[in-house]
Amino acid sequence: MLSCLCGSIFTTKSQGARGNFKSFSVNKKRFGGEIRQINRMKTILYIIQKEFLQIFRDKMMLPIIFVIPIFQLLILAHTATFEIKYVDMGIIDLDQSVSSRALVQKFEASPFFKINARSFSLEKLSDEMQDARIEQILYIPADFSEQLEKKFPVKIQLITDAVDGAAAGLMSAYALNIIKDYNKSLLMESKSVASSIKTIDTRTSYWYNPDLDYKTFMIPGILVLLVSIIGLFLSGLNIVKEKEIGTIEQLNVTPIRKHHFIIGKLTPFWFIAMFDLFFGLAIAKFVFDIPIIGSIGLIASVASIYLVLVLGIGLFISTLADTQQQAMFIAWFFVMIFILLSGLFMPVENMPDWAQAINILNPIAYFIDFMRMVMLKGAQMADVMYHIISITIYAIISISLATWRYKKVV
Amino acid sequence: MKNFLIKEFLQIFRDKRTLIILFGIPIVQVLLFGFALKNEMRDVPIAILDQSKDEYSRQLIHKIISSEYFVLQENLDSEKGIEEAFRKGKIKELIVIESNFAEKLEKENRAVVQLILDASNPNEASVISSYTTAILNSFEREINPSFAGVPMIIPETQMRFNPELRSVFMFVPGVITIILMLVSAMMTSISIAREKELGTMEVLLVSPVKPIQIILGKVFPYVIMSFISAIIILLMAFTVFEMPIVGNLVLLLAESLLFIVMALALGIFISTVANSQQTAMLLSMFALLLPSILLSGFIFPIKNMPVILQYVSQIMPPKWFVIIIKNIMIRGNDFGSIWKETLIIFGFTVFFIGLSVKKFKIRLE
Repeated sequence: MLSCLCGSIFTTKSQGARGNFKSFSVNKKRFGGEIRQINRMKTILYIIQKEFLQIFRDKMMLPIIFVIPIFQLLILAHTATFEIKYVDMGIIDLDQSVSSRALVQKFEASPFFKINARSFSLEKLSDEMQDARIEQILYIPADFSEQLEKKFPVKIQLITDAVDGAAAGLMSAYALNIIKDYNKSLLMESKSVASSIKTIDTRTSYWYNPDLDYKTFMIPGILVLLVSIIGLFLSGLNIVKEKEIGTIEQLNVTPIRKHHFIIGKLTPFWFIAMFDLFFGLAIAKFVFDIPIIGSIGLIASVASIYLVLVLGIGLFISTLADTQQQAMFIAWFFVMIFILLSGLFMPVENMPDWAQAINILNPIAYFIDFMRMVMLKGAQMADVMYHIISITIYAIISISLATWRYKKVV
Repeated sequence: MKNFLIKEFLQIFRDKRTLIILFGIPIVQVLLFGFALKNEMRDVPIAILDQSKDEYSRQLIHKIISSEYFVLQENLDSEKGIEEAFRKGKIKELIVIESNFAEKLEKENRAVVQLILDASNPNEASVISSYTTAILNSFEREINPSFAGVPMIIPETQMRFNPELRSVFMFVPGVITIILMLVSAMMTSISIAREKELGTMEVLLVSPVKPIQIILGKVFPYVIMSFISAIIILLMAFTVFEMPIVGNLVLLLAESLLFIVMALALGIFISTVANSQQTAMLLSMFALLLPSILLSGFIFPIKNMPVILQYVSQIMPPKWFVIIIKNIMIRGNDFGSIWKETLIIFGFTVFFIGLSVKKFKIRLE
């Protein structure tokens, strides 16, 4: 049914185009070039119209294209933080003296540590940690105050649940800081040394994002992800769908030139993705209050090239696959790699060199970096020249590759 | 029923290219991500502005650079060019050592080191600053003579379950979950939507096979294939990444099977909602991909999210499976501590199957 319908729409439109051509043919010799040009434009416009109709005829598509990305942006922007709000801690204080309580007190006073369990048995708290109910155990031995009074160093134990290694590193650093403070106060008490301790004052300032608000960082990135995924998936499924249903053959016998066909196919997706991007930017600005320091014009122009690049990759995938299922798997394969290696969730510097090298081919990495630099740091065109050139070259390569493959296949 | 199953198997195995994609992609991804994704900090580009250039400052700089965390990108002489270096993204941190650093330390016992961080990535910035502070702290200890006869607490730290703080422990469970979830959901949703789109569903519907049988027949081959894929991934985690499987392997496999069935049921549900392959795919990929990465606790701990999102994460099946895998593989827990999560996934399965049977239309529009 579906293929029939779109086929018939298509033929009427192209007949219309040919009809117009005939009526102009009187002046064919004089205005031949001009007419051909107008005609070409018309063909493309008809294809674009047909594509738009086809996309929006499916009632599910509208929410998929417009509602889901916006919804995801609103929700997911809040998820991406490594910041640790609190640690569930268990304390074993075998000493129960004034000094051991003073140490425990320091942990209690910190908003960062929630003392959830107290016990005299390490075994019991270990069980709690085994079931992930507490994340850290502080163990104070029975001879704690005795040793301190004798002016001996005394060992305490700090056990951290390290299933999540990154979080464990931070949790243990926080706890060690508190212990360090306690040590300092011990030192200060003994007057003889207090005057000769050299201290380094560390003053930290955070540029571009003084409150360390991770949403400022994540939203431009997540927006780029959403726009890229939608562009890649839509264009990736497109031609292969015609192939699978068989309508590609009908298209091939029409007098449309291949590159007109590609322009006509991709333009609607380009507009959809562009719309999503700018709608997302508006949300970033007005809902999340994210600064857009750099020029909107610069963002718009680079975004328009970037989308050609993404759509080109999608189209290329589409020409490689036999079925929509395959196209989707291939697209998904690349999207996963692009997302996780882009540096949005995990800094690129931490990755091994070969993985960083893969990022040379990662369009998402370029564009996220570009968006952040322009939006958050107010980078000028000269600052992001590298990104612009890379994206442009990549766009040319991807779209020519796709066109070439398409011609070869069909 | 039996013949129907045979037909489904035949249909899947005939399509060699899809088969390669089906098994090849997860393997490549697990390998790639297992090796590439690391949370351990390494080679952060920094700049140093040393305004004093004396014994102590040189000692401090040496200490910073010789750590594997930092790479000295620029040695600045004046404050000029700082802004540009940051804006171009060449450096992530600038360490400013004040003038007369050694003198101030000797005479006043106090000197200032200023850290300026590019906080446009706040997650990274706070980690970088905490690493730098740790180095400064140990430098402080070094320049102070050891105090004999002064009471001190010496903390002994122990990292339980993952003493080397390897990030593989974090990523392998996450990647397995996402791959199983998306691949399974996508495969079934597509296979049913395809029958609809090609019109062969009509043929099935007029046959004496019941709707529930059609659904079961559709799912069964994929259960087996996803399960094989799960085993391959686990095998790689074990051999290539030396991920321990502390707990019971049989339990782990059984839980994986349950999760696969859940994902497939979700796929069926999607296909009954979607009218075409395209919408089915976009729904199962686009709507599921980012949420299952971000709301499952795969990369970002759920505990730190706003409370509302913690509730939202409850309805994300991957979250529960990530907990299960970590409990069995890393903590070595038995069924007693994961029965709740298992029950939840089982609940999801029943829910999705129930919904799809209800929505499955016997008549065509």
